[in-house]
Amino acid sequence: MSTLPLETADHPGNLRRVVIEPLSRVEGHGKVTLLMDEDDHVQQARLHIVEFRAFEKFIQGRPYWEVPVMVQRLCGICPVSHHLAASKALDQVVGATQLTPTAEKIRRLMHYGQILQSHALHFFHLSSPDLLFGFGSDVARRNIVGVAAAHPEIARRGVLLRKYGQEVIRHTAGKRIHGTGSVPGGVNKSLTAAERDELKQDIYQIVAWSRDAVHLVRRLFEQDLETYRSFGSFEARTLSLIRADGAMDLYHGGLRARQADGRTIFDHVDYSHYWEQISEEVKAWSYMKFPYLRALGREDGWYRVGPLTRVTRCDFIPTPLADRERREFLAFDEGRAARATLGFHWARMIEMLHAAEAIKDLLHDDDLLGSDLMSGGPRQARGVGVIEAPRGTLIHHYRVDENDQVARANLIVSTTHNNHAMNIAIREVARKYLDGRKITEGLLNHIEVAVRAFDPCLSCATHAMGKMPLDVELVDAEGRVIDHLVRGST
Amino acid sequence: MPETPATTGAPRKLKVATTSLAGCFGCHMSFLDIDERLFKLLELVEFDRSPLTDIKHCGRCDVGIVEGGICNAENVHVLREFRANCKILVAIGACAVTGGLPAQRNHLDLGQCLQEVYLTDPGVGEGMIPNDPELPLPLDKVHPLHEVVKVDYFIPGCPPSGDAIWRFLSDLIEGRTPKLGHGLIHYD
Repeated sequence: MSTLPLETADHPGNLRRVVIEPLSRVEGHGKVTLLMDEDDHVQQARLHIVEFRAFEKFIQGRPYWEVPVMVQRLCGICPVSHHLAASKALDQVVGATQLTPTAEKIRRLMHYGQILQSHALHFFHLSSPDLLFGFGSDVARRNIVGVAAAHPEIARRGVLLRKYGQEVIRHTAGKRIHGTGSVPGGVNKSLTAAERDELKQDIYQIVAWSRDAVHLVRRLFEQDLETYRSFGSFEARTLSLIRADGAMDLYHGGLRARQADGRTIFDHVDYSHYWEQISEEVKAWSYMKFPYLRALGREDGWYRVGPLTRVTRCDFIPTPLADRERREFLAFDEGRAARATLGFHWARMIEMLHAAEAIKDLLHDDDLLGSDLMSGGPRQARGVGVIEAPRGTLIHHYRVDENDQVARANLIVSTTHNNHAMNIAIREVARKYLDGRKITEGLLNHIEVAVRAFDPCLSCATHAMGKMPLDVELVDAEGRVIDHLVRGST
Repeated sequence: MPETPATTGAPRKLKVATTSLAGCFGCHMSFLDIDERLFKLLELVEFDRSPLTDIKHCGRCDVGIVEGGICNAENVHVLREFRANCKILVAIGACAVTGGLPAQRNHLDLGQCLQEVYLTDPGVGEGMIPNDPELPLPLDKVHPLHEVVKVDYFIPGCPPSGDAIWRFLSDLIEGRTPKLGHGLIHYD
């Protein structure tokens, strides 16, 4: 097993344990543990993913057409990502190598709607309290309620940006959360002219507010440049999807991996054999696996995905306002913002602007109103679907047997790709801000600020399962034993 | 319980805690789907522990809203903390009410799954089954909330709509027995 600095203390038995549990203002279940010595020096820092589920296992045996609807229940924040990645994988199973223009554009519209709502939620509802009030500010105010009181217009726009994205999803998927619009081979509905016109009414306002949000993050950087450029920052290799012409494309493309200094590791790689590029390591202290690039090995092969990677590693963004913001971001502070962990927020808002512009363009395309929704062809036994979810590259892989049942499934979700990177970020922060000091709530929130920059979706990352060699009974309200915890390693 | 200082004549704000156990956060997202009504709600309620705040433990509350079923020891601990501190406990969404989709693992053998996921599946190098004491113990099966504690209200749906959640909370705030009418109750 590979081990990084501050990952494992030499003598954990003599150290004091500090825990942040549960991580708050993030999605899903996680905690951070620190081991401190008697001089308050940090000897170990770990981000643990503490929940286990079994999605890959219990969808085995299910009819394949249920899968896009089932797997989205991995995550209520980004259900569309799983809905679409599963659909893309199963397109191949039903032989739909080319979707109809209406189907592809409805799916893209759904996806951009979700990028918009997820990024708005993350920035305004979850992260903005840290950035607007300070990382160590009063815990009673450090939330969306505090933002609504102190910055009512920022909070209102955040709520309305998210609402608009949710409405795009409702019109394309049938429901705001856990919809049914995408199916293997295409979609089951297009837009009516009335639905399209309803969405058109507000889109110019949404584009304008998205651009304002980019500028808000820029101002935050300018106000405290030293903190923003260095907080939790580190050099990282990157992985993302890229369109054939080098453009950012969140729905489809080939795999691009780069070294921290920008040199190419591989580019435009067909993702249908992703396992030739990516492998996963298991560590005893987290249910979330640690992926790495096979070409570089498990010691050096870890990498970072998500908005910061996509915005800095694409050659251009194919909508004009977002691309202008991208260039300004790359040039800012001699490129330091584009390498900073807090640069995630800036990049995320650039992507939100790109999503708003892409929605605007699609709403002017009459293919959205078409009635040719499905395609198909010779049946295949296997399908791989990859998409750039709000949090990064998302891989779904299924094998379907001759009875139409799922025989095998493998999912590598966005947050899992960032497992190593998030652990490195919290160790950077622990070393710089906590080491040698008396721990306070405000200092501990610094660790969470670093985790939040990645916008981790810890629910998504817990699709696998695990257990421990202990024995506990679950007793109901009347004292009857209704379950016990597994013991041993079977 | 500690009273919120209220302006003269204004009713005390209801204190509300929320958590997601073995769920997907979709019910919390649906909660936020009340959209700009959130600001109206904030005039009437105060949030205690919730994924939206940094309060890590549930204090004395009027209402506890719990999403997700029970899949590990940590979930049991948090649920009992909510029950002990909340006058009214609400199971929100399919997973809290029935176990939901995660309960589909209940027919599987945990040990075998672990072997496959962490040891034998392709793509895993030198595997091991995570066993650090920091990781909570998984239960053999996923349970709905009412199998572990008394639950006062159940709101079905995957997820219940923002409108249903708004109606439920409005009824509670205004002192009515919550009742979800036509179109607000659905099972999906």
